[in-house]
Amino acid sequence: MNDFMRNLLFLPEQASTFAHRVDRLHYVVIGTTVLAALGVGTAGLAFFWRYRIRTHGQLTQDVKAPLWLEALIVGVPLTVFLAWFAVGFSDFVFFTSPPKKTTDIYVEGKQWMWKFAYPEGPNAIGTLRVPAGRPVRLLMTSRDVIHSVFIPAFRTKMDVVPGRYTQLWFEATEVGRYPLFCTEYCGMSHSMMAGEVVVMPPAEFDRWFEAQKAGRPAVQDGTPVVGERVSLPADLVHEGQRVSAQLGCFKCHTVNGEPHLGPTWLDLYGRVSKFQDGTERVADEAYLTESMMDPSAHVVAGFANMMPTYRGRLQGPEAAALVEYIKSLRSARAPGEGAAP
Amino acid sequence: MAETHAHHFPDAGVQRHASLLGMWLFLSTEVLLFAGLFVAYGYYRFLFPGAFAEGSRAMHTWLGLANTVVLIASSFAVALAHHAAGAGRNRTTFWLLVAALAAGVFFLGVKAVEYVEHFRAGELPGKWFTHPGMKAPGISLFYAVYFLATGLHALHVVVGMSLLAWAAVPAWKRRYGPGNVGLVENAGLYWHLVDLVWIFLFPLLYLV
Amino acid sequence: MRPSETGTGSLQPDESVLTGAPSLHPSGEIFPAAHYLNAGTRLRSWLVTVDHKRIAVLYLVSTLTALFLGGLFAMAVRVELVGPEPNLVDAVGYNRLFTLHGVVMVFFFMIPAIPGIFGNFMLPLMLGAKDVAFPRLNLLSWYVYVVGAAFTLWAMLYGGADTGWTFYTPYSTITPTKVTPILLGIFVTGFSSILTGLNFIVTIHTLRGPGLTWMRLPLFAWALYGTSIIQLLATPVLGLVVLAAALGHIFAFDLFDPARGGDPVLFQHLFWFYSHPAVYIMVLPAFGVVSETVQAFGRKIIFGYRAVALATAGIAFVGFFVWGHHMFVSSQSTFDAGAFGVLTMLVGVFTAIKVFNWVGTLYKGAIVWRTPLLYVCGFLYFVVFGGMTGVAVATVSLDVHWHDTYFVVAHFHFIMVGATLMAFLAGLHYWFPKMFGRTYPEGWGMVAGALIILGFNATFVPQFLLGNMGMPRRYYTYAEQFRTLNVASTFGATLLLFGFLLVGLYLLLSLRGGKVAGPNPWGSKGFEWLTQSPPLEHNFRTQPTFHGPPHDYSTPVEENLHG
Repeated sequence: MNDFMRNLLFLPEQASTFAHRVDRLHYVVIGTTVLAALGVGTAGLAFFWRYRIRTHGQLTQDVKAPLWLEALIVGVPLTVFLAWFAVGFSDFVFFTSPPKKTTDIYVEGKQWMWKFAYPEGPNAIGTLRVPAGRPVRLLMTSRDVIHSVFIPAFRTKMDVVPGRYTQLWFEATEVGRYPLFCTEYCGMSHSMMAGEVVVMPPAEFDRWFEAQKAGRPAVQDGTPVVGERVSLPADLVHEGQRVSAQLGCFKCHTVNGEPHLGPTWLDLYGRVSKFQDGTERVADEAYLTESMMDPSAHVVAGFANMMPTYRGRLQGPEAAALVEYIKSLRSARAPGEGAAP
Repeated sequence: MAETHAHHFPDAGVQRHASLLGMWLFLSTEVLLFAGLFVAYGYYRFLFPGAFAEGSRAMHTWLGLANTVVLIASSFAVALAHHAAGAGRNRTTFWLLVAALAAGVFFLGVKAVEYVEHFRAGELPGKWFTHPGMKAPGISLFYAVYFLATGLHALHVVVGMSLLAWAAVPAWKRRYGPGNVGLVENAGLYWHLVDLVWIFLFPLLYLV
Repeated sequence: MRPSETGTGSLQPDESVLTGAPSLHPSGEIFPAAHYLNAGTRLRSWLVTVDHKRIAVLYLVSTLTALFLGGLFAMAVRVELVGPEPNLVDAVGYNRLFTLHGVVMVFFFMIPAIPGIFGNFMLPLMLGAKDVAFPRLNLLSWYVYVVGAAFTLWAMLYGGADTGWTFYTPYSTITPTKVTPILLGIFVTGFSSILTGLNFIVTIHTLRGPGLTWMRLPLFAWALYGTSIIQLLATPVLGLVVLAAALGHIFAFDLFDPARGGDPVLFQHLFWFYSHPAVYIMVLPAFGVVSETVQAFGRKIIFGYRAVALATAGIAFVGFFVWGHHMFVSSQSTFDAGAFGVLTMLVGVFTAIKVFNWVGTLYKGAIVWRTPLLYVCGFLYFVVFGGMTGVAVATVSLDVHWHDTYFVVAHFHFIMVGATLMAFLAGLHYWFPKMFGRTYPEGWGMVAGALIILGFNATFVPQFLLGNMGMPRRYYTYAEQFRTLNVASTFGATLLLFGFLLVGLYLLLSLRGGKVAGPNPWGSKGFEWLTQSPPLEHNFRTQPTFHGPPHDYSTPVEENLHG
């Protein structure tokens, strides 16, 4: 049934947990839509025939709707639409809520290419390698205009906006190669800003990943991907350290646990921060990025609102490197797992 | 003075009702035009409270205050003019409108002085921002909003002044009288709107 | 037939009703000696006219020119997409083509067409008024439209823009193409839209004839009223946002520039705050036209008048609170997405109410099968499919896959073309005798209508499937697996083109050569038929009074009394 409907509607293969989840609703919604349109169209045609004019100046009387019919006319569509919405929204919440442990990959869009960078250093242009069966989270930003990552086989999509980070998570279920498109119009070569997602068996992915980190060329299924390149020794953590020194972050923040003008970065990641307005929040990637771009939004209790925004001063990859650097700063007794995924 | 009305209206009362309704509807579109601007202002002020505080501190508050007082006075003059027109005192109407026009000229003059100051100091939007002292992030956005808002408002002042001048012509020719004040009434409504928008802009941009 | 059966309705259809012959009116009708078309024949008498009917004709000429231009752009786009290889233009040329197609169709055809043409012509007639409330303002709004169109045309001749009609920043700020004059053209045209809306609201409030209470108002007038409110409240915000974008382009400062702390998503919010209600500016008048034609050719009063009128108001109101459904994947919060999604469902419910009422109107009617009804039939099918796919894309999780793919393109073309353009054609055929006093050839009308409905399906059903496959919109080149469906779509577009050309051709010929229609060739009881066709310069000889609702076919059609 699933395959029949999928082929009937020309949907691509289902290669992620979300795809399996969302397609059922898809079949129901499109099926109902087709039936309703045909039903109404046919009812119209039937009336055209049944109630065609028969005599000159035939008179007709006003037909008043009984109350039950009015209730039905309002109630049925409302119920159907709200039911779709309820299911759809719960799926959407699933789509916007990544699990706690994810493999994080930084994505940067620019006219007209995609760059994928792993926190440990390896990076590639145009080809995104992910392990099957593990949740993967993309942390995305753009260097110029708005782009959008779209992986039809995963049924996922998210805009990539300059000046802010957006995230997109998925768990691939099938090993294979799937196209990745840019879906937000971005200029001349918008239609050629394509990429490829390579879903690998987890063990194979780990081997490839270690080989990449060691600086050796990838050896796997024998078809190296165009544009793929081996990373330089410097990884994101070191890059983050360099950037923070350069921008003067250490004037206010320490990395050894001592308080200064701002909160220390040691064990910051994953810690529950208490804010001036009494709210609390776990310091995750979104919070760290927000603190760089919009520091006054959540000021940690006990500190003054004095940090300038770095919106516009930090390039996308630099912000990513800073986040990774902060994530790497862990003392021995720190709660939570290590920085490396 | 005899009332006249266009042939497609059943009587002058309906015509007056129509023209007032039309004017109020038009004013509502003007309010929405500025509402979009206030949304942008509110959003960016929320993002960059520091920049908006620094920007408004650098404003010549007393110039803005003078303009506010002058505009309110002119609005008062226009209201009096409407009243006088209804009583058939055309001479009074005319001179009150001229006074309001003079106030408009004064307002634009002051605004021009302020703009020149901003240009000198490099307090300009986007990449033109060159003021060496102000460093708050988002400061150039404050000036983008400032120039957009005051520029759009100044355009409305010019349109309002044209309307007042137009409304002064029948006063000069002694045509206004009881029940025949449509033109000065509508021009006045527009001028009150221009005034009202400024009353919102002044504290938002100069005082915060 | 015995005369006793027809009552006093001497304008009732003759045998042709049953035989399907093209002539509906008794032969020997005489074209009126004096009417609005011959009240002045010099060009000047047209260019300075304040007659709402002549202004409607001016709109007819100008918006149909826009439709023709926009259609040419659409055909060029479809020809380019016949294969993934370059066929007609290069990538930049293609990007300009779809941008111009969108801009011309949305701002210069869809938004002004039905209110500008049928609204201007019919509203005063339906109200028993001599003109709209502000006739000179009415003419001004047409000139403003022309000035806006001229800006845009100028930009087109000098290269056009390549941003898409949505002008998303920051791309629209950095593109080297001619964005500024197009934005200014849209800004100027916005005033035309505002002035027309203002005029209609005041007209409906102040110029209803004696006895014409709000609950007797023709449904087309209700639709125009709802539309006008949206035009008044939403257009200024668009004005501000395009002005900000244009100034940003001229003076090189961008209110939404992320490099200086600006937020491009704010642009999207402001843009869709107008542009989603704008969809209802385009579609509500079409709903009004369908309400009129369904009653006139079903020969039965609307089923549930109050429900249709209230649903119109409901769509106009709720339409302001759903704009965020264009931005489910633009990084707005999950909560916002849910709120905008659930509100969008309400629009679906209001539309469903209307659809049920139209179909219900046909029940126990006395249906006369004519070309306008063919379009209504197509409309019913398309509006349900287009509307429910709208509900489908508002179902947030499904939109994640469909957003910015051909599925969305197909969905809104089902609404814009399938609903609005079908209704436009239905209205054009229904009111053609009213406007020009002559009838069109019924046989050709049916052939062209069938061609258009077929061609439309063939064009846009494949696009739904392309969207499902994952083909993003605004793509110049595409992967090989998308080829077959693209070829099918282009084939459909060609049929559609021939259909439109056929309609244009026979309507042009009918202007002079069509049969004289007589005052009321359809035997319609819409209030606009209370005067001669084409109407007098000031509409009525005597002021009509209204004793009941329009389209009450429980009594015979009266003689033409007032003109």
